Amino acid sequence: MNVAPDFASSPSDAGTLEKLRLRLGQAADAEGLLDIAYTTVDSPVGTLLLAATPKGLVRVAYDIEGHDRVLETLSKRISPRVLRAPKRLDAAARELDEYFGRRRQAFDLPLDLSLSRGFRQLVQRHLPEIGYGQTRTYGQVAALVGNPKAVRAVGTACATNPLPLVVPCHRVLRSDGTPGGYAGGPEAKVTLLRLEGAR
Amino acid sequence: MSVQPFEKVVEQHGGTVLRVCRVLVGRHDAEDAWSETFLAAMRAYPDLPETANIEAWLVTIAHRKAIDVLRTRKRQPTPVEEVPEAPTAFGVPGAADGDLWQAVRALPEKQRQAVAYHYVAGLPYAEIAAILGGTADAARRAAADGVRNLRKNYPGAIEQGAPS
Repeated sequence: MNVAPDFASSPSDAGTLEKLRLRLGQAADAEGLLDIAYTTVDSPVGTLLLAATPKGLVRVAYDIEGHDRVLETLSKRISPRVLRAPKRLDAAARELDEYFGRRRQAFDLPLDLSLSRGFRQLVQRHLPEIGYGQTRTYGQVAALVGNPKAVRAVGTACATNPLPLVVPCHRVLRSDGTPGGYAGGPEAKVTLLRLEGAR
Repeated sequence: MSVQPFEKVVEQHGGTVLRVCRVLVGRHDAEDAWSETFLAAMRAYPDLPETANIEAWLVTIAHRKAIDVLRTRKRQPTPVEEVPEAPTAFGVPGAADGDLWQAVRALPEKQRQAVAYHYVAGLPYAEIAAILGGTADAARRAAADGVRNLRKNYPGAIEQGAPS
């Protein structure tokens, strides 16, 4: 058995580490190393993960999507230089807070759409044209993007929207008026439609 | 390429690296050494092979950064207007573990490093030899000598099992 002096952690380490981690986020950002900054915020539809690249907001994720899994996917698809660094998400967090408080109807944030490509990205670019409190059917959105037969592909584009809430895929419904699927679950979709007075 | 978000690396190893840095450069400069270590690690992280031993990799970086911090200290003494709360960068008067840090500070550099990497980071001697140069046996001797010196100069040292 080896005998060594005790270098165990002290209770004050947690506070020191918290301070150091915050400082690391700022230093990494200043040096251009913070490829993905993220934070979590509370909302009426559960805890939301917000992640941004230097280009803009890249991902909004619901609790039920599994935040750890979402971060791993970001790490694989964009960069593993991922840190919890709330500062870059300040504007997004504030605008979401205003939205849930019914003080904001449209988001004014730089977005990074690099997680989607092709037709899906095209659909996601057009979704903000559906105004607050309005709804469209998947078929109407297909027509909106100039491909009226691509109803199913529009469904996929909405289902894979990396920026729910901010890119309002919750305003797209089935042609029979039922909500249809949603990343945050059908209840979250209904909650948002009610919030906006669309239901 | 590494796929785990870097945040997880900080979460899992931040505490150990902080304690290693304290042994290497003292409590006062440990925070600078920690910051420099993780910033450099984050820069290199995307190129780290997936099979790499992350803790050994971090300790290797901390080893280099600690040497930098100590060199900078020697060149630039602490400004006088900063009234020191402690007589040295290591000792905190009245703190229960003040004597331990004084004893650690008094160790020869190699012994201090070997103690940090084996008893704090828990690295095997082969890994420590790769960081310090020399053989695994030499690393083992440096750690053993370091602990013997500590026990001699710091009577409060408590016994505990450690990975060999």
